Amino acid sequence: MNRARPTSAWAVPAAVLAATLAAGFAFDLWTQAWWALLGVAFVCVVLTAEAVEGRLAVRHLGAYQRALALGFPIALLAVWEALATTGVLNPRWFPPPTQIAAALWDLIVSYDRFNRTSLIGRPWLVPERLATEGWAGVRALVDEAHLTATLGRVLGGFAIGAAPGVLVGMAMGLNRTVRHMLDATMSAIYVLPKIAIFPILMLVFPDPFGEGPKIAVVAISAFFLVAISTMAGVQGIDPVYLQAGRNFGANRWQMFRHVILPGALPIVFNGLRLALGTALIVIVAVEFVRADRGVGFLIFYYWQVLVTPKMYAGLFVVMALGVGLTALLQWLERRAMPWRKG
Amino acid sequence: MATAGAPARTVAPKIVAKGAQKRFPTRRGWVTAVESVDLEVAEGEFVCVVGPSGCGKSTFLRILAGLDHATAGEARIVPGSDPKQPLNAVVFQEYAIFPWKTVLANVAFGPQMRGVTRAEREAIARAWIAKVGLERFEDYYPAQLSGGMKQRVSIARALAHDPQVLLMDEPLGALDAQTRAVLQEELLRLWEETRKTVVYVTHSIDEAVLLGDRVVVMTAHPGRVKTEFRIDLPRPRDLTTTSTPAYAALTGAVWAALRDEVRAAMAQDAEEVRS
Repeated sequence: MNRARPTSAWAVPAAVLAATLAAGFAFDLWTQAWWALLGVAFVCVVLTAEAVEGRLAVRHLGAYQRALALGFPIALLAVWEALATTGVLNPRWFPPPTQIAAALWDLIVSYDRFNRTSLIGRPWLVPERLATEGWAGVRALVDEAHLTATLGRVLGGFAIGAAPGVLVGMAMGLNRTVRHMLDATMSAIYVLPKIAIFPILMLVFPDPFGEGPKIAVVAISAFFLVAISTMAGVQGIDPVYLQAGRNFGANRWQMFRHVILPGALPIVFNGLRLALGTALIVIVAVEFVRADRGVGFLIFYYWQVLVTPKMYAGLFVVMALGVGLTALLQWLERRAMPWRKG
Repeated sequence: MATAGAPARTVAPKIVAKGAQKRFPTRRGWVTAVESVDLEVAEGEFVCVVGPSGCGKSTFLRILAGLDHATAGEARIVPGSDPKQPLNAVVFQEYAIFPWKTVLANVAFGPQMRGVTRAEREAIARAWIAKVGLERFEDYYPAQLSGGMKQRVSIARALAHDPQVLLMDEPLGALDAQTRAVLQEELLRLWEETRKTVVYVTHSIDEAVLLGDRVVVMTAHPGRVKTEFRIDLPRPRDLTTTSTPAYAALTGAVWAALRDEVRAAMAQDAEEVRS
């Protein structure tokens, strides 16, 4: 890389950027040509960032790249903030991020008397409730929380669906007869949007409005994804490992334990990650329709009563939930497959 | 020097193949991989099998290993006096060591399958790991090793299984020339120590003559034994053996026998492409 570029290399795009933004506000171009302004601004930012990188010492490059990864979303939020406060974006639909952050804080610390819910269950009340009402009081706090409701449904449904999914997938991968019998049916059911069978599930369970159908719909979504990818994982094992296992005298159980299970594990985890994402989608959709607690309910409720900052706060919570659960799964993945990271 | 034809036998053979044949069905009818192989290998003998690619030498080895069945005739290892000792262990061309196991666990795999206790099997594994020079890599995973190191692990795994017969399917075929030369010397050293019965499939005449007591030349597809050469080069051998006139004469003789078969195989391939 050329490390001796003149100052103008970054000064020029930076100046163009400043001029573009200024012109946008001065001539009120934002409302008519916001897309063009954003495009020019983005190109200028990239050029400036590249020029700055060219002038940096090699040992600072890693930190700089991390700063870019972190800085870009912050800059995006700043632009959003500016556009919303100046009225270019309608703050009713796109409230400025500071307002969303305030709404999120409000949701965390306060109790919704009308819905009798809170976001995280007011954990600071735990010692007090424990003293006055015992564990039942703590249980009530957990029950009022949107976060624990959604988390419980996702984790419960995921576990109930993924475990038999792995077993059935293994059976399909190992046994040709089972595979021929189930593959077509499974593939057909797999493409069916699981939210569409929610009404049936409500009929099946004694309490149609309880937790049963909600957990079941998540479990079913997870099951098919995990089963199909586990089957692919088993079938994808290089036959030479099976031959080696046989040649060294492995019996059926040893074959499964030492060759098939670890051999299929990478693809199984792929399936689990996909299933987790799908579980979140499904549960939020279900909570939109039929729930009085849960993050999906929260988003939909604040849309209905037109408190958009809290609606966005709910979206943020779903995002955080997805990131957190994926990180947890990746941690598990690293623990289960230490050989994958050299 | 080179003597064509089967050598005189004084002891019962360890490996017997009589008219071993392998055919398998395809959409265009039956394909013959191995036409008919007759071969006897004595206890403690190192036999190399060379032949043009596609002649069925690997298939023959897989039948011996019990990974495939002969459709006619037989190819089997005669069991020894100890019924617990495994009949064979294969060193595969693609190494086939388990990526999810450490070097130690890979080498200990055979004894583990036989139910040997952890302490005992790890002691066995450590001894063989030391013999192939990988002491410092016990806890490494295969992905962290070079090709030559992986094949050392594969060889150690087979020897730790303590088989009656060691079957090797082009074990050095995927390695670069220098690594290959180093491993050839290591194989010679290990064989001097263990004196196992070995069937070694290779496409390299140089390797076959350097390693083997006998070199079996197979015909082009479908495979049968064309001729064989007794390699009476003095042991212990090492890479300096390759610069002796006797070695040169033997490789020349084997090549003379193999040349027509390689040409035939290439002609068959060309036919295949055209049809």
